[in-house]
This record gives sequence, C-alpha cells and structure tokens, in this order.
Amino acid sequence: MLRDFFSKKKRYASIPSQEAKQDVPEGLMQKCPSCQKIFYRKELIRNMNVCPHCDHHHKMSAFERIEQLFDENSFEEWDKDMISSNPLQFPDYEEKMENDRLKSGLNEAVVTGKASLEGMEAAVAIMDARFRMGSMGSVVGEKITNAVENARKANIPFIIFTASGGARMQEGVLSLMQMGKTSVALQRLNRSGGLFISVMTHPTTGGVSASFASVGDYNFAEPGALIGFAGRRIIEQTIREKLPDDFQTAEFLLQHGQLDKVVHRHEMKETLSTVLSIHKEGGEQG
Amino acid sequence: MKHVLDFEKPVIELREKITELKRLTEESEMDLSEEIVTLEQRLEKLETDVYDQMEPWDRVQMARHPERPTTLDYIDYLFTNFLELHGDRLYGDDEAIVSGIAKFHGKPVTVIGHQRGKDTKENIRRNFGMPHPEGYRKALRLMKQADKFKRPVITFIDTKGAYPGRAAEERGQSEAIARNLVEMAGLTVPVICVVIGEGGSGGALGLGIGDRIFMLENSTYSVISPEGAAALLWKDSNLAQRAAETMKITAKDLKELQVIDEVIPEIRGGAHRDVKQQALNIEKVITAALDELNQKNEDDLLEERFEKYKIIGDYTSLDI
Repeated sequence: MLRDFFSKKKRYASIPSQEAKQDVPEGLMQKCPSCQKIFYRKELIRNMNVCPHCDHHHKMSAFERIEQLFDENSFEEWDKDMISSNPLQFPDYEEKMENDRLKSGLNEAVVTGKASLEGMEAAVAIMDARFRMGSMGSVVGEKITNAVENARKANIPFIIFTASGGARMQEGVLSLMQMGKTSVALQRLNRSGGLFISVMTHPTTGGVSASFASVGDYNFAEPGALIGFAGRRIIEQTIREKLPDDFQTAEFLLQHGQLDKVVHRHEMKETLSTVLSIHKEGGEQG
Repeated sequence: MKHVLDFEKPVIELREKITELKRLTEESEMDLSEEIVTLEQRLEKLETDVYDQMEPWDRVQMARHPERPTTLDYIDYLFTNFLELHGDRLYGDDEAIVSGIAKFHGKPVTVIGHQRGKDTKENIRRNFGMPHPEGYRKALRLMKQADKFKRPVITFIDTKGAYPGRAAEERGQSEAIARNLVEMAGLTVPVICVVIGEGGSGGALGLGIGDRIFMLENSTYSVISPEGAAALLWKDSNLAQRAAETMKITAKDLKELQVIDEVIPEIRGGAHRDVKQQALNIEKVITAALDELNQKNEDDLLEERFEKYKIIGDYTSLDI
C-alpha cells in the first residue's frame, strides 16, 4: 500500500475520486484534507482526531466524541431504536437510510442520552454527519426534543454537539417543523432556568444553524467549523461576488459576535467542565 | 387580467370570447344571446374543472401570482387603526417585513408579516419579501411588546425565504431566525399565523410559531422551493413540477400531515380575484381562533403550544 505513494514507480495512472483522496489508504493511514500530509490513523485518534501537523479538526463520530468527552461508562443512551418511517413515501429514502445505518453503525443522525462530565450529569445530544449528512428529520427532532425534556425534568444541563447539513429533504415540511418543535422544548427548558450549551462542529448549516444550534446560553464552536444559514454557492450566485475563504467559519462567526468562544478540541472538556461547575455553584442546576 | 397562468388559459380565453360576443351584440344588430348563454354555461363548467382540480404545481404558480394580495392588502381589510412601526433598534429597518399595532374587531393586536412588492420598484425596496436579520429582530421586538401589553399577535407568512446574502450571514441570519422560534414559543399571548402566499423554509418559520397555523387554499409551505428540491435531489431543476407533488407542500397536504390547523378557502381562481371577500374568509377564521384562545390562561396556552409541536413528525422503532 505504501508503494502507492511513490508515483514514479506506478505503471498505471489512476485518478482517485475526491472522496478516495481524502481517506487513502484505508485503515492504516490517513491524509489530512487541509495540509495534505499523510500520517498514521492511530496518531490522529490519539490526538482527538486533530491533525498533528496543521491542527485541522477532522470529523468525529458521535461515539468517538462521547468516549473522549464524558466519564468512562457514564453514557446511557435514549431512543436508540428510533428510526424514520418515510412519512412522505419518498422514493429511495429507505434504502439510503439503510445504507447509512450499515456504513455508520448508527440508527439516525443524532445520538442522545445521559452522561457525566467530571462527575457532573448532563443530558447530551451528539450529531453525526455520517448519517444523511447529519440532516434533521422527524427522528432527529424527536430525539433532541426528548433529550431537552429529560434535562428539564431531571434538572440537569443540556449539551448539544451539532453537525448537520440542515433539513432532511426527504421529509419535506415535517423536517422544517422540527426546528419549531425543538425550539418549543428549549423554551420550556429556558423557562425552568435550565442550562443549554451548544457546541457547533463542522458543518452546522441551514435549519440546524437556524434553530437550536444558535440559541445556547453558551454558543461554542470548534476551530474551522463551517457554520451558516445559506450555502456559499447560493450566496455567491445571489450577490454575484466571490466570498472570502474564511466566510462562515467559526472564526468568522466569532469576529461577527455570533459565538462566545472558539474552543480547540483539546480544551473542550475543560471548557465544558468550567461552565458546568460555575452553574453548579450558582445552585440553578442539580 | 394582466397575468394568466398556463393552466387557467382555457378559462381566460373562453371568458374573453364571451366578452367579445357581448360587445358584438351591443354594437351590431346581431342577436348572439343564445350563444352567449351556452358559452357561459360552458365557462361555469370549465372553471369548476380547472380551479377545483388544481395540481400542486398550479398552486405554486398561484401562490407566486404577481397580483396575489400581500400582507398590507389584507391589513387594509382586516384591521382598523393600523400604525406601522419600524426598526429593530439594533441595526436598521427591513422593509421585507411590515409590523405594527392595530385593532381587530375593536381590540388591540400586534400585526407582523412578510411584505413582497407588486412591481419591480417596490420589490427592490422590499427585497422581494426576503428578510435580513434586522427584519426578524424587528418582528421580535414587536412580539415582546405585544407580550408586555397582553395583546395577541397575528402574523402573515409570505416569503420565498430569508435572504441568502453576505450581510445577512454577517449579522447572524441563523441566530435571528432561531431566536424568533424560541421566543415565539414563549409568548404568553395568543399567536395566530396565516400563510397567505409562499411559505419558504426557515425564513417563513421565523414568523411562524404559534397556537394556530392557517393556510390559504392556494398557498404553499415547504422546506425548500420545488426548483431547489429538484436540483438538490435529482440534479435537475426542470423537475420542479414533480418535486412540488413529491414534497407535499400544498395547504391540503399540510393539513393531512397535521402541521396546520385549517385550510382557509380561496376565491375561485385565486385570492387576487376578490381581495375583500378573501379577507372576509380570513377574518372568520381569525375571529374563531381568537375567541377560543382568549379564554385560555398563560400556562394552558404555553402547555398546549408545546403539545401542538411535540406531535409533529413521524417515526417508528427498529424493533417493530
């Protein structure tokens, strides 16, 4: 496999797809899409999926995140078996979900449950962009709503890690209405004095950006994450000008006053722990 | 009739023919009254056939009709003492949203709605009814005011979507919409939302969380435009017509999906045919809803609003 890197010795030229270029070679090695350097996957995982060379934050699966953030074995999953019923009878939708289930090992684009962070309990929702690009359909909306409600009832904070391309097209307006549904639940949590922390990871766009992701009591984001309402291409077509490279990045949002802080993955646990402990002292929570 | 939609061409042509014959009868000695009666009967039947069986795509066209009544048209008929109020107190005044205080049947209300233009000049001023963050924040300011002074909020939804622009992103389009969703969910006064034209995605929803959601018969409400859906799902925006059917975006579809409370019947041929009568249809529905909602105390109102949204969606379990 390593031989493939020495192009001179190659007898046949092949053009790998964009996707193949990103994760060649399978398993053992990984290429950073940002600095193009190749390194051992193990090295990347040890570094919390952050590129050891350029600090690029690679995508992370929901369970990788849970493992790295929360106290060992503290995670209890909720609504694990909930799946979409294809409400619009949309052609090919069920097969697409089945494929994503097999590929990602997840039943939907969000994993929710209860976990502890340095001994402090929280209701958590971790989105995973490998399942239908993290898009929000009925299941994502229902699971997040349940998690918010559980947080309110148990008087514990609610923490979400968002990663989503936006609405789930195949569920049409029901997908749009999940923005409303989660917001109504967050309003209830808010009224009861509950704490809500939103951490936006790459990518957080469209309907997810325009609902729960943006209304945390604290809004954090990982470095370099793409965060925005409308897609870059649509905006460029609308205003007929080229947008700067850093447009809609976490840093861009910070500069425009939309975030409390951009938090490096290595400092995420400590940051969340600080917020949780300050709220615990305040006596509002737990 | 300046704007004729494709599907209604036969009706318009026949109607013009009748007008022509009537003119001839008046001007010449010929007596065409028999023909006219026959043609009028045929027109009646044709109108029923065409307008009572509109396809989703026909309704999309109707919702976008250049003469379709806008928020301000309905405000004229539905309210008295309307006083428009401007600005978000943070950045500017977005004319893609109109808002103000008024009286409905003599009682104070706050009215907010997307506002399209009817010609190019007005559309430029109104940004084609596509708001920037300051529009949503103006709306929120007035909703908070309504909450403080205990008057119901009535919103009219009519937008292709929130504006996808650079400045909109810089000023936090996402946050502006998201904030409205959460805050509308917490208003302690009745909130009634009426979709009068296009209900385009998050930009529509930003004025759309309420206790009662109504849609005019020929309005649409969708997560993405049919053109957008076709481009995204099938890489071909020419399939918009098919997308309009698949995506379930008509008032009737949304009623079946239990997303809205009621479909408000439209004048045959579209709301623009008789704005006054259309306004009466809307008035009836708002009156009934307000009568009901005004009876409820704050806690019940909020609890029922939560329950209303909690049931939206459809899912199952792997183990079934």
